[in-house]
Amino acid sequence: MMSYFKEIAVGFWSLLAGMAVTIRYFVKPIVTVQYPRQKIQMSENYRGFPQFIIDPETGTHRCIACEMCARICPSQLITVEGTKFPGEKQKRATKYIHEHQYCSLCGLCVEVCPTTALEFSKVYRLAGYKREDCIIDHLPLLQERQKAIGLPVTPIPTAAEIEAAVAAEAAAKEAREKEAKAKAAAKAKEAAKEAPKKEAPKEDKEVKE
Amino acid sequence: MDIAIQYLGSVGARMVLGLIGVIALVSVNALVLILVERKVSGHMQLRPGPMEVGPHGILQSLADALKLMGKELITPEEVDKPIYWLAPIVVFLPVLLSFLVIPFSQTLIIRDMNVGIVLILAFSTLSVLAILMAGWSSNNKYSVFGALRSVAQNIAYEIPLLITVMSIILMVGSFKLSDIVAAQSRVWFIAVQPLAFILYIVCATAETNRAPFDLPEAESELVAGFHTEYSGMRFALFFLAEYTNMFIAAAVATVLFLGGWHGPFLPGVVWFLVKVYAIVFLLMWFRWTFPRVRFDQLVTFAWKILIPLAFVNLLLTAFVMKL
Repeated sequence: MMSYFKEIAVGFWSLLAGMAVTIRYFVKPIVTVQYPRQKIQMSENYRGFPQFIIDPETGTHRCIACEMCARICPSQLITVEGTKFPGEKQKRATKYIHEHQYCSLCGLCVEVCPTTALEFSKVYRLAGYKREDCIIDHLPLLQERQKAIGLPVTPIPTAAEIEAAVAAEAAAKEAREKEAKAKAAAKAKEAAKEAPKKEAPKEDKEVKE
Repeated sequence: MDIAIQYLGSVGARMVLGLIGVIALVSVNALVLILVERKVSGHMQLRPGPMEVGPHGILQSLADALKLMGKELITPEEVDKPIYWLAPIVVFLPVLLSFLVIPFSQTLIIRDMNVGIVLILAFSTLSVLAILMAGWSSNNKYSVFGALRSVAQNIAYEIPLLITVMSIILMVGSFKLSDIVAAQSRVWFIAVQPLAFILYIVCATAETNRAPFDLPEAESELVAGFHTEYSGMRFALFFLAEYTNMFIAAAVATVLFLGGWHGPFLPGVVWFLVKVYAIVFLLMWFRWTFPRVRFDQLVTFAWKILIPLAFVNLLLTAFVMKL
């Protein structure tokens, strides 16, 4: 009989304790963020999609279109094209497409890049209305970011410019090759003059090795 | 007003005007309570609740109501059509009738019958019949489960409810609600009969099918219980009846234990509504605090704890009254 009343009393007390908890929460401030209107600070370590680093010295990207990222990407989602423009030492990206809908954010492209041209962005609002909205074109994106921080915008080479650059490059290459051939021919002539003296010992060496 | 009295007589005019007022009150009350319920639940879970429709979401339930009115009334193939069609009406009618005798203030009462409290309790039992009709006619296993649970639960909890109310009736010596309120002009019965108040609130929670006694419509196990197959305005009628039942249960608690319209400074009807909504808030507070009881716990609790305690309370009251 005592246990019956004790059970009622304990049970009643536990109900009151539960109600005390909920009423405390009832008067506490709200913790949810009303998302489109309120945003929270994104963490420093947030890894969004990869994007070009803006080089603080040149104010543009460092991509040399070596296609290392395109090759290492496990989902094969990166398309890089690049051309060497006349008067420049290295190739430069003319197109860099990142199909983010396939991306697993593994970060291999960022790690493999020989010129450290890539970093993780802090962008997290990636919602779109169709699949094509997920495709990230890095060069226009870079332009937007440059505009945002007030740097001169890196122009995107047009198809005609690329063709011209390719043609110029081909012509230069041909010229170089001609030069090289001419040099080689000249060398060969010189070598032919001295040939009888040096021919025998040279052959000997090769046999030994 | 005068013309109405001329044609219908003062009683008839009171009835017609009262009915119009009650229908307005029922709809506004349901809209407000649904919003308040969602707000209360939100704040107890540290979120703001509906915020989009109107400032702080105050038009949310209006938008929901409009949506429900626009929806098609789907009648599944295999239902028992007449009963299926009748159930939402049967659930709603007793709810309207109960307002007949609720004294909002000394004068604001449609008809002060001398069987007031009995009338309310009798009609509120009819809603069980409606739930059984809805569940059975839907021809759906979950609906039948919900309906059967509802019947078992309501039979179990009707008994302690009636016995608890009896102890108040013993003290007043009248079934008339205005007499019961008048008897509390000096001290509210909650101070005299705290145990009866607790028992009444527990039974009222069960009678209105609210958590933790919401087994008839346990949404996590029975889809939506007895109203699984209902859609559109028919579903809205069940919803309306549920929230109005809450209001009636709270109004009866106010009349029996909290001194009805008595209170300083403010007019009686304001005091009455303040007390009613305080009890409604208590019921919502229960819902967002307690987990749903299991069926055996539910029945055990009624028969082993509530009914004996209610009888003890009644006997004590009778004994004290005799002294």
